[in-house]
Amino acid sequence: MIAYILRRALYALPILLGVNVITFVLFFMVNTPDDMARMNLGVKHVTQEAIDKWKAERGYDKPLLYNAARQGARKLTDTIFFDKSVGMFAFDFGRADDGRDIAREIRHRMGPSLAIALPVFAVGLAVNITFALVMVFFRASYLDFVGVVLCVAMMSISGLFYIIAGQYLVSKLWHLVPISGFADGLDAFKFLVLPVAIGVVSGIGAGARWYRTLFLEEMSRDYVRTARAKGLSEAAVLFRHVLQNALIPILTGAVVVIPLLFMGSLITESFFGIPGLGSYTIDAINAQDFAVVRAMVFLGSFLYIVGLVLTDISYTLVDPRIRLE
Amino acid sequence: MISASLSFRFLLLGALPFLLSACDGTAWNNPYPAAEAGKNILYTAFTGRPKHLDPAQSYTEDEAAFTAQVYQPPLQYHYLKRPYALIPFAATEVPRPRYFDAAGHALSPAADPAAVAYSVYDIHIRPGIRYQPHPAFALDAGGKPRYLDLSPAALAQIDTLADFKETGTRELTAADYVYQIKRLAHPHLHSPIFGLMSQYIVGLKDYAATLEQADKAKSGSWLDLRAYPLEGARAVDRYTYQVKVKGKYPQFQYWLAMPFFAPIPWEADRFYSQPGLAEKNISLDWYPVGTGPYMLSENDPNRRMVLTRNPNYGGETYPTEGEPGDRAAGLLADAGKPLPFIDKVVFTLEKETIPYWNKFLQGYYDASGISSDNFDQAVQISGGEARLTEDMEKQGIQLRTSVATSDMYMGFNMLDPTVGGYTDKARKLRQAISIAVDFEEFISIFANGRGIAAQGPIPPGIFGYRGGRDGVNPYVYDWVDGKPARKSIAYAKQLLAEAGYPGGRDAATGKPLLVYLDTTASGLGSKSRVDWLQKQFQKIDVQLVVRATDWNRFQDKIRKGNAQLFFFGWNADYPDPENFLFLLYGPHSRTKGEGENAANYDNPEYDRLFERMKNMDNGPERQALIDQMVRILRRDAPWIFGYHPKDFVLAHAWTFNRKPNQMANNALKYQRIDPALRERMRAQWNRPVLWPLLLTLLALAAAVAPAWRAYRRHEKETAR
Repeated sequence: MIAYILRRALYALPILLGVNVITFVLFFMVNTPDDMARMNLGVKHVTQEAIDKWKAERGYDKPLLYNAARQGARKLTDTIFFDKSVGMFAFDFGRADDGRDIAREIRHRMGPSLAIALPVFAVGLAVNITFALVMVFFRASYLDFVGVVLCVAMMSISGLFYIIAGQYLVSKLWHLVPISGFADGLDAFKFLVLPVAIGVVSGIGAGARWYRTLFLEEMSRDYVRTARAKGLSEAAVLFRHVLQNALIPILTGAVVVIPLLFMGSLITESFFGIPGLGSYTIDAINAQDFAVVRAMVFLGSFLYIVGLVLTDISYTLVDPRIRLE
Repeated sequence: MISASLSFRFLLLGALPFLLSACDGTAWNNPYPAAEAGKNILYTAFTGRPKHLDPAQSYTEDEAAFTAQVYQPPLQYHYLKRPYALIPFAATEVPRPRYFDAAGHALSPAADPAAVAYSVYDIHIRPGIRYQPHPAFALDAGGKPRYLDLSPAALAQIDTLADFKETGTRELTAADYVYQIKRLAHPHLHSPIFGLMSQYIVGLKDYAATLEQADKAKSGSWLDLRAYPLEGARAVDRYTYQVKVKGKYPQFQYWLAMPFFAPIPWEADRFYSQPGLAEKNISLDWYPVGTGPYMLSENDPNRRMVLTRNPNYGGETYPTEGEPGDRAAGLLADAGKPLPFIDKVVFTLEKETIPYWNKFLQGYYDASGISSDNFDQAVQISGGEARLTEDMEKQGIQLRTSVATSDMYMGFNMLDPTVGGYTDKARKLRQAISIAVDFEEFISIFANGRGIAAQGPIPPGIFGYRGGRDGVNPYVYDWVDGKPARKSIAYAKQLLAEAGYPGGRDAATGKPLLVYLDTTASGLGSKSRVDWLQKQFQKIDVQLVVRATDWNRFQDKIRKGNAQLFFFGWNADYPDPENFLFLLYGPHSRTKGEGENAANYDNPEYDRLFERMKNMDNGPERQALIDQMVRILRRDAPWIFGYHPKDFVLAHAWTFNRKPNQMANNALKYQRIDPALRERMRAQWNRPVLWPLLLTLLALAAAVAPAWRAYRRHEKETAR
């Protein structure tokens, strides 16, 4: 397995490099270093001299990808792309354009993001699987039909609607929890109840319907008939046999997102005042802060690769036939 | 039996979080800790994280909400008086500049501005002002600075500012003001006003070059600015410093009321320059050090920022006079009482308007603006007057309005061959368009009536503004029944025909007249505005073509003079007509030198008048010049003058002394609250409603019970 992980890690390098190049090209197609300087220096009283100084200080006064004025390898290394990329592979994200340390910012903001994302993920997974198994248990009955209709209806509603309606009813009309805010430690509980509940409820429609499909496929297998013939209860059949055998597709969808959970959710965090990472990338794009954009895109792609490797590893845990070689 | 027991467990489980949240004795939806109940704390919000808190770099209003409370520039604006007037803050008096000719001979204040080679401002500060407690001032037993020269090992132990256990203070000196003026030229700070100030403060431009060289020689270590004298700023004695300004520049006084000219102690600069602190966000840009009424005690710009009373602040009292009506409005009830009134101000980040508004209605924010979405819920306009709705009045909410010292205008690019130029025909085309674009309607539809149509570039409250009949733009309005009435579309069409476009077609070629609007507005919300604009142009049979683009390309077009028509806005830096009229001064043309004259208006007559007007003191002669300039602008119509926005602010009944002040950002110290009343109102407005919770849990139980029964039945069924 170690050889497999090492091989995947080596595969990851060109992928990360490619992501970095694409991010770089896309960003500088839209923004020039002069634009970035103007955005940072403000719109009033900005002089070209100040812009040039700002660029020089941050290394944005070099050519983007190719420096014809240099000799040998420096034609490629004395460029904005090289300067800004090489540190990333050592996870040295450097400073944002406003001078603040990016790694520190990420560390500081990932906790609140996880405080919402982890419970939504864990509780949502449990609720969706349970709800799907209940529908499967009552398959082809009116309960199953109602459940499917409910799922379709729930997945058709925008996530924003759940948030606004939830805040309106629970916080504004009934005064049960704060509308928005955050606190450290156990005090965070009252702020997290509503966003977590909304996160779980808004995901039930799509999640439960997807798992129902998986479970129904498993229900027609011979081992289910055998289990029943042995006299197992329906609960044991569903939760012990069907669930276990349907784990591969479940893990495919679930494990890959685990590393990305700390990246947060833009809308949920904005509406509930959660000081997480959800808006960090979008704020950086709006502020034309390339340092943050490249760091977050790099991190996102790195974590996605980690997620894929973890998914592969998880297969070996649930299916002994699978070997990673 | 089973279902009843399950229901009870569900109820208990469901209610647990709410019971826990209620344990602290506050309302369940109270977002603040129970320990803060009844305290003298003001709760407000901020919508975007401030980028800079270093007074050399900070320039936006968002940032000024914090910096203006912490720093103490020599001057400030009178809180109540209008028109806006400068009064001393740290200074003992508003300095009167002394004027000198090129030979260094003193000139009288009435001397011809052209003869003034430089002006000298002698600023005396009050003795006894002390800095907020800060580790930079902490001393060891031997009286030496405790934290200014820490070893790398000691610095490695530091993670936040609070890790420095000891703090100290010292008296404010004139040298601290000089130090900050020098910082405007620091090579790493990129002060936004350095370019402007280097044109005025004697020697500042060369000083920047000196510092750049010195910085290179020091290779990144602390640059002690005390070692590098600046000709234009020097400390005369412990409490007096002198600033030398090129020529006559009366507006310099207004800059002295901004945090750019606040004091920075060298100790703070040295403290923060120690290696490794900036990486931990321990910097002057993150933790300001000032002598103002408040200090920033918590800085988490992703969540909340907290200002607490500076224990070393004192000596300032609430104003004893204001403008007529202030006494009746209760704004002088606290006259003469020591400032500040509030102990702590909590700013919470609220990015979305819905939670912000609802928390205000629940009493968890003490004041709020009004977004368009909530406008109808809060305000009704009848007969042009804004009034609170009945619901708001029942809650005891107060409405305060004020006209912003801002211009929202549409500029014509005067370099454009179609809409630009200074011929009679070109003027008539622009005048016709100015009549057609009905900004009264725009204000009504898109700003909920929050604004007044502009008659010229100078907004109300600024010297030079004229109201009533004298202030009407005669090229766009008639004076009818005691108020301005927009000229008719028929008249606009006649002007258009005289401009060479009868029926909206070029008389020479017969082609329809197309006017291009460059805008960054491309979203759904902007579409209605664009549609409305196109309709305005259609009224005179002119086609408006919208060229939506991103911010960078838009700015690029404006810089290169490739735009034809564009929306722009301007917020005053200071309450002087020069700060508005310079927006159309020829040498400030955007295409020539990145100036603020985005319309590239270049009228030699206007420029000559501007040069005379800008250095004059307010008075009839200056007013006459301004009138003349405004007349020229109205005739040439380089802008569709648009409107001056009106700010609407709501505040709860427990807030006092709130008067909108468009210039003074340091208004927090004047505000007072009644925490006991707030507690009562919050409790009354936020009683938890439990029946929906119980109903939901019962509904869940009711849904689970039959399913459970069906499962049990299924399990007990025999094989068939």
